[in-house]
Amino acid sequence: MKHITTINDRVLNDTLEHGGCGECQTSCQSACKTSCTVGNQNCENEENK
Amino acid sequence: MVHAFKNNGYNIVMDVNSGAIHVVDELVYDIVNVFKDLSESEIREKFKDAYQEEEISEAYEEVCQLEKEGRLFTKDVYMPRLKSFDSRPIVVKALCLHIAHDCNLACEYCFAGKGEYHGDREMMSATTGKKALDFLVKNSGTRKHLEVDFFGGEPTMNMGVVKEIVAYGRELEKTTDKIFRFTLTTNGLLLDDEMLEYINREMSNVVLSIDGRKEVNDRMRPFRNKKTDASVYDTILPKYKKVAESRGQERYYVRGTFTRNNLDFAKDVLHLADQGFKQVSVEPVVAPESEDYAIRQEDLPRILEQYDELAKEMADRSKRGEGFNFFHFMIDLEGGPCVIKRLQGCGSGCEYLSVVPNGDLYPCHQFAGNEDMKMGNVDEGVVNTSLRSEFHKSNVYTKPDCQDCFAKFYCSGGCAANAYNFTGDINGNYPIGCEMQKKRVECAIMLKAAEVKG
Repeated sequence: MKHITTINDRVLNDTLEHGGCGECQTSCQSACKTSCTVGNQNCENEENK
Repeated sequence: MVHAFKNNGYNIVMDVNSGAIHVVDELVYDIVNVFKDLSESEIREKFKDAYQEEEISEAYEEVCQLEKEGRLFTKDVYMPRLKSFDSRPIVVKALCLHIAHDCNLACEYCFAGKGEYHGDREMMSATTGKKALDFLVKNSGTRKHLEVDFFGGEPTMNMGVVKEIVAYGRELEKTTDKIFRFTLTTNGLLLDDEMLEYINREMSNVVLSIDGRKEVNDRMRPFRNKKTDASVYDTILPKYKKVAESRGQERYYVRGTFTRNNLDFAKDVLHLADQGFKQVSVEPVVAPESEDYAIRQEDLPRILEQYDELAKEMADRSKRGEGFNFFHFMIDLEGGPCVIKRLQGCGSGCEYLSVVPNGDLYPCHQFAGNEDMKMGNVDEGVVNTSLRSEFHKSNVYTKPDCQDCFAKFYCSGGCAANAYNFTGDINGNYPIGCEMQKKRVECAIMLKAAEVKG
């Protein structure tokens, strides 16, 4: 496309089927402890990548 | 839902429901903002003086194509999943162990009431800690990775017990199919070479508390003995540098808190980066408005400006090969959490619980000591099942103020403790926190755009 660059291939809908395994890190175990920062956690489910 | 914004010279269009992110030119930016309100001919008419007709046609086609591909103006398809969401199994997978309700610092803003959580100074026993791990294993269902954070007060004041609990966890790994990931949060005062060697062997992550510049850190993070001339900053900084290097600049954070006293906190983040730290987190203080250091509504413009300035500087440093990670700007657009995780949030009160020194359970570390929020104890497990049910059911869609927010799948409805403290309801929201969160999401996405577009 000439006017638009899409910067991510994976869309959230694609993660519905294999999502919810719950193996990923709990957000407050990383560094936050005072604010909810879920969007920066890594997915641990190979089927979702 | 579509959110279009400009940041650091980039025009960015987020398709909220699909999570697709587009970097667009001025023309598409203008079209997207009116696409659902005007017909094609009305759009042509509206922009005919600003752009060439052929260009408008081309750009309009590209927008239509993305809509067809399900990457723009997509509908929310997750709501129907909520029925199964409520009936998902209740498991516990992470514990915050309050290993010491005591501290060798007297930080002004400590939500733990300078370490004691508004109660008596108390240390967790090894017996209680081991029972906590048994409780975790027993209630973890099919989860393989279990997380345990040693928190305080200052956990290194009870390091012998930390070691006993970790050793017990390693034994449990042999007899179960579980893997423990231990983490430790420390103020660094008691850190020595022997402790560092242990931490590097056993802790998958270590959080090192420091607020930034010397004067900022030492103002809010003083020694308990205020008569001493010694500087906490000078005491801990060399130790933290050693930790960071010994871990290969990974699996650690230097973590600070900014308050109304340092609204120019971007300087503190950059100060930590200038000291050589590659993993930095500096977060807004959580405090009642009655405290003079609490962040107020009127501080927001300055804070949002600071986030923008910081993001711009980070983009520049990254281009020069001098990049570093700022926790709140980290975002993984390709390998980030699935949408189910994004709906349910941090898991407090359900997947994630905190255990205080006497073994009582709370929904998270921020609720510790609040009797109304006590959930049970490590002997009997969760007994306040109605409270657990409230947390279990809470998700992005149970929070009325989140419905029209573009950031809802990044913060997952925000911090339950902040919402509760501000509104008395875990499904409420903390508006100051929301405004900061939205800006951080925009900055994080701008940094990704800068990576791709250069």
